[in-house]
Amino acid sequence: MSAVQTFVDLLAGRREASTLEPRDWDGVIGIARSEAMLATLAHRLEVADLPPTVAALFADQRAAAAVAQRQALWEAEMARRALAPMGIEFVLLKGAAYAAAGMACATGRQIGDLDILVLATDIRRAENALLNAGWEWVKSDPYDDFYYREHMHELPPLIHKSRDRMIDVHHTILPRTHRITPDALALVSDAVTSASGFAVLNPADMACHCAAHMLADGDLQGGLRNLWDFHSMTWEFVAANRGFWDQLGARARLHGLQDAVQRAARLSRDLYGAVLPAGWNGPETTDCWFRQRLVARDDWGRVTRPLLEQAFYIRSHWLRMPPTMLAQHLWTKWRKR
Amino acid sequence: MRHSIRIAVGPVHFRIGSDWTQPIAALKQLYVSYPQDEARPADATVRLFAARPWRRWVRPSVHIGGDFVVPDALPLPLSMGLLAAEMGMNLQVALGWRRHMLLHASAVARDGRALIMSGESGSGKSTLAALLGEGDWRLMGDEFTLIEPEGGDALAFPRAVSLKNEAIAEVAARVDAARLGPLMTGTPKGDIRHLIPRADAIAAMHEPARPALLLFPRFGGEAAIESMGEGEAFVRLTEASTNYVALGEAGFAALTRLVRETPAFGVSYPDSATGIALVEQLWAEAAK
Repeated sequence: MSAVQTFVDLLAGRREASTLEPRDWDGVIGIARSEAMLATLAHRLEVADLPPTVAALFADQRAAAAVAQRQALWEAEMARRALAPMGIEFVLLKGAAYAAAGMACATGRQIGDLDILVLATDIRRAENALLNAGWEWVKSDPYDDFYYREHMHELPPLIHKSRDRMIDVHHTILPRTHRITPDALALVSDAVTSASGFAVLNPADMACHCAAHMLADGDLQGGLRNLWDFHSMTWEFVAANRGFWDQLGARARLHGLQDAVQRAARLSRDLYGAVLPAGWNGPETTDCWFRQRLVARDDWGRVTRPLLEQAFYIRSHWLRMPPTMLAQHLWTKWRKR
Repeated sequence: MRHSIRIAVGPVHFRIGSDWTQPIAALKQLYVSYPQDEARPADATVRLFAARPWRRWVRPSVHIGGDFVVPDALPLPLSMGLLAAEMGMNLQVALGWRRHMLLHASAVARDGRALIMSGESGSGKSTLAALLGEGDWRLMGDEFTLIEPEGGDALAFPRAVSLKNEAIAEVAARVDAARLGPLMTGTPKGDIRHLIPRADAIAAMHEPARPALLLFPRFGGEAAIESMGEGEAFVRLTEASTNYVALGEAGFAALTRLVRETPAFGVSYPDSATGIALVEQLWAEAAK
């Protein structure tokens, strides 16, 4: 059995850790690291029967993830202190939001940049407030800057000059030029306050954003982690609210994200064993390409199937912008090489 | 991958894969006397690979990959494959290891107590450690020293010592040629030749040592010793640590304790013999 399959099975709870041969762990650990999920796996297998050196490595990962999470929430607090005096409200997105809301998928999850969502009408003031509070532009060229401002769903990334941490300030969750336009006003106005006091998307919107980020925006790099987020959060939301799938369906239609959300649900069923309600199990012949892309890693952690990877890369651009604009963009980028 | 090897250095177990046989063969020669545990799962993965299939043969160039990668890192020619492997191993430890606080520092030990030397590349910390390790010191490592966050002990990372430029002849004159790796000339870091640590240093690689003296050597200039305050030592070591920030409070506590409990000095020296004499002098005072 391939290492990536073993990794997925361990996460899904289909396979006992004690059934692995010692050397099977090489590939599992390598893949988990490549997917930035080693601490997630370490939490899943916290009480499993492991070789002593693997148990020690996993304990390191859990401790490190706890520190990283505290640092990520501190960064959110820093953003709050910069924006709150200006009366700018913001909603945490992705990793920091999951941590702020104390969700299961946050345990061990790597959190990169701080992602926040503000109203489009506040974006200029948010930019100024952050610049005044010590964030600065990551050096980029004028075309990239123009591109972000004209066409993207976020400001060009800002980095804090003393803490060296990045912040992405979004005004919606998909590029402006994307074929799909989610209702950004609804995302912000229907946000909820988490236990830690930070605003986060409501459960259905959070799952919509997760699916959009994974399937409508990117090229499925890091897809196993995004899919794990989706699987874990939907499981948690359903446990708290039996009507969750219906609400998710309704909300996905509002944002135009029903295809992405339904596909994410089917993929989480196929890979991680999610149980879906009637009406969500519809057959979809193209799912197989997504499944293959998600598990395209060998036991050295290398991406296999470069053509499939390339195809998903092209697809991500195809979704993001109309063809003539795509041609212009690629031409500019190519000339700058 | 086509060729691979497993290497244990201190607490870290590496698996190194390569598209070519040469780097693996060179590693085998350097690490043949290290303890082998074929069944132990690896903590870290290093990959040496050709960016395009034909580049395995046509102007072969070695890209360094693994669990952690540096974007835009330049590849090395195949003749420097061993250096690529060394850089790959360092990278995985520097970016991935969390069990201990990592100091970019060399260390030697005597009577269960450690002398830790931190400095920029070119400060002579590797050369001093290598030369001391040929005397009555145990070489703990020339690149990383690991500090145990709970107890404060130093742990060894005795990889093959990376000798550079003038240090090569200086050390080669004193050791058995069988303990030296191939000479690599004209690398981005100058000439490089590896030294296999003495058998006793390898055998003792899991034995902790109590930090007793912190030195910040500087090669060149008049012989001088300058006592260093806790604050300066602390700041210098935060810069010398690759995971101080990632360890959070545990890193702060470990580093605070290290600089509070360990006397620190800046040392300038014009040549190795003087450097060693100054080290021995400070040790005699510190280790009283």
